[in-house]
Amino acid sequence: MENNTITDINDIKETVGIPLVDNAKMSMRDVDVFYGEKQAIFGVSLDIGVNEVIAMIGPSGCGKSTFLRCLNRMNDTIEICKVTGQLHLEGQNIYDSKLDVVPLRARVGMVFQKPNPFPKSIYDNVAYGPRIHGLAARRADMDEIVETSLRKAGLWEEVKDRLHQPGTGLSGGQQQRLCIARTIAVSPEVILMDEPCSALDPIATAKIEELIDELSENFTIAIVTHSMQQAARVSHRTAYFHLGKLVEVNETEKVFTNPDHSLTEAYITGRFG
Amino acid sequence: MSLSALFVLIMLGATVTYMLGRSRSLALANNLGGIRHLHSLPLYYGAQAALWCLIPCLALLAIWVAFDDSIIRQIAIQYLPEDKQNLAPQELSLLLNTIENIAGGVTSLKATPEMQAIADRVVSLQRLSSILLSAIVLSSLVLLSGWGWSKVKPEYRARNSVEKTFMIFLLGCSTLAIFTTVGIVFSVLFESIRFFEIIPLTDFLLGTQWSPQTAIRSDQVGSSGAFGAIPLFTGTMLISFIAMVIAVPTGLMTAIYLSEYANNKVRVVVKPMLEVLAGIPTVVYGFFAALTVAPMIKNALHGLELSLLSFSIGPLDVSGESALAAGLVMGVMIIPFVSSLSDDVINAVPQSLRDGSYGLGSTQSETVKKVILPAALPGIVGAILLAVSRAIGETMIVVMAVGTAARLTANPLESVTTVTVQMTTLLIGDHEFDSAKTLAAFALGLVLFVITLGLNFFALRIVKKYREQYD
Ligand SMILES: Nc1ncnc2c1ncn2[C@@H]1O[C@H](COP(=O)(O)OP(=O)(O)OP(=O)(O)O)[C@@H](O)[C@H]1O
Ligand SMILES: [Mg+2]
Repeated sequence: MENNTITDINDIKETVGIPLVDNAKMSMRDVDVFYGEKQAIFGVSLDIGVNEVIAMIGPSGCGKSTFLRCLNRMNDTIEICKVTGQLHLEGQNIYDSKLDVVPLRARVGMVFQKPNPFPKSIYDNVAYGPRIHGLAARRADMDEIVETSLRKAGLWEEVKDRLHQPGTGLSGGQQQRLCIARTIAVSPEVILMDEPCSALDPIATAKIEELIDELSENFTIAIVTHSMQQAARVSHRTAYFHLGKLVEVNETEKVFTNPDHSLTEAYITGRFG
Repeated sequence: MSLSALFVLIMLGATVTYMLGRSRSLALANNLGGIRHLHSLPLYYGAQAALWCLIPCLALLAIWVAFDDSIIRQIAIQYLPEDKQNLAPQELSLLLNTIENIAGGVTSLKATPEMQAIADRVVSLQRLSSILLSAIVLSSLVLLSGWGWSKVKPEYRARNSVEKTFMIFLLGCSTLAIFTTVGIVFSVLFESIRFFEIIPLTDFLLGTQWSPQTAIRSDQVGSSGAFGAIPLFTGTMLISFIAMVIAVPTGLMTAIYLSEYANNKVRVVVKPMLEVLAGIPTVVYGFFAALTVAPMIKNALHGLELSLLSFSIGPLDVSGESALAAGLVMGVMIIPFVSSLSDDVINAVPQSLRDGSYGLGSTQSETVKKVILPAALPGIVGAILLAVSRAIGETMIVVMAVGTAARLTANPLESVTTVTVQMTTLLIGDHEFDSAKTLAAFALGLVLFVITLGLNFFALRIVKKYREQYD
């Protein structure tokens, strides 16, 4: 058996590695999240740099989704969920009571684990956000937004002849790319992705990973994933969560070759998780 | 032996058989070296043996009880003198009833000696029947119990057999419901056919006059009534329409509020309250309509009328029994129905769609309007159709709050009448069941049945189609 290098969770006092960066798009400090009485996130501090892809990994139930959902206040939809700490988007406190969540969510978009296209046509799915936010004055503008979004999501060639057929009729991978197109149609600054490929086959996954790479030129991306290969392939930095605490954040290469923390090492070598 | 005693005995016998079968299978298992050498668990052997004596004995009992009286009756007829045997069926049955009453010990009847004699023989027949029944049931109980016990063998697949019996039992229960429905349909259908032999179908469906007064004596004037059902159906539609105007928006908004906006504390209070509303007997709603709402409307309109008169606009004809009152109250009655059905449908819209919409930065009302309602629409339409068919079939409120004047009008302030109200008025009182008046109730019932059946059929299909989309 391995000698027991896994330290006690109570020994995790602070995050090792480089959780903070200079040109931060979003910066979080001492974030605690509670579901009713139960605390799910313990004092997490993390920066996400401009146009950076940051991967969040960790065993199931460690709070990755919970943390991600704080970043555009999707946790507000859960009645018992309470978030404390400082969360800033370009210096603006996103949990400020005076802040309107609606424009916030337009700036920080989200792609979910299961593809969730609306039961509408492909066109209307993509046009949904721009319509709500009044981004297109004329029909031609909207057509253009839809086309560029679908192109950026790498879906245009496959659907250009069937824009007015239901989005639910696409394959799983296409649906997920449609959801990505829908998200980028409102030109967000940050895109949050919660296990975007977990419902997809390897080919569809490869397409999405390629897409993430291209998107990172224009967007800041935070992605939760269970696949370490995926994290290694797409991200610049990787954050390792453990039981609600942020254990280590480092350059992705370093995390997967020579992690600073023994817990991270245990996880990436597959000793638990 | 009395029936209840027999029943208890059969149950007791079955219980004993269960224990015998179980212990025999246990004993067999012991010989073989453990329960795992049996095909099924001991409990199934016991249950199978018990079922085999329970079902035939109960069936026997039921059949006997069902035919007992009529057989004794047939025999009693044989005892009657020749001239009495050839009486008209009604008089014969009256006579037989008297004899049975005498046999049953009703002493207030004056019995002639010969009737008394027949009654005595009926009594002895009844006693014989009872003894025979007890003997047959008890002996078959014992025989079947023994047979069931002897069938307990290790390789016997008791578990499957019990499963099958259970399935047949369930099937029987569901066929019962189907047969009842079929029976109702046919009884209504046959009476309606008799009605249409008197009044042509076209007169009934297309006539605009409804005054179902047929003569009791044939020499009475105005003996043939008018049976044009259109005013009734327009009345029904008017009231249902008013009810839906109230119930659909209110119910739907309630459902949206409860499922999308209300926090848990509100939901916990409001939902049960709505269910209470649904549990109020319709008669009580009827009181409310007749005693509170109708006078209120009348007074309100009276005031309006006075103020209008000063502008010399023609007087409003306000009836105490307005369609408006009944429709309003019926609408209130249906609100919980609409809201709970729509609530189900809205809750069935996957959370992921809401997340998707919120994630794009839409507000709650935008999400409701653009994602949830379109997704839930087919189900909501289904719910509304079910509510309509409920409104059409509703009787109590309209009986109490609506008049009986069959008027062809679209004015909600006038009194109208509905199909169900007419059906009740037609059948109340002493009428022979072959006059056009009473038969008309069946014809109305048939049309009503067809309409609500059609509505429910479409509603359920829509709801089902919608369910398939997300499951
Ligand atoms: N809606 C909720 N109500 C109560 N507790 C919750 C809720 N959502 C999550 N939790 C709890 O918060 C903790 C973190 O959950 P979270 O979903 O963030 O984990 P995760 O890291 O995303 O796991 P996975 O990899 O399985 O998706 C878990 O213990 C979970 O039980
Ligand atoms: Mg998760």
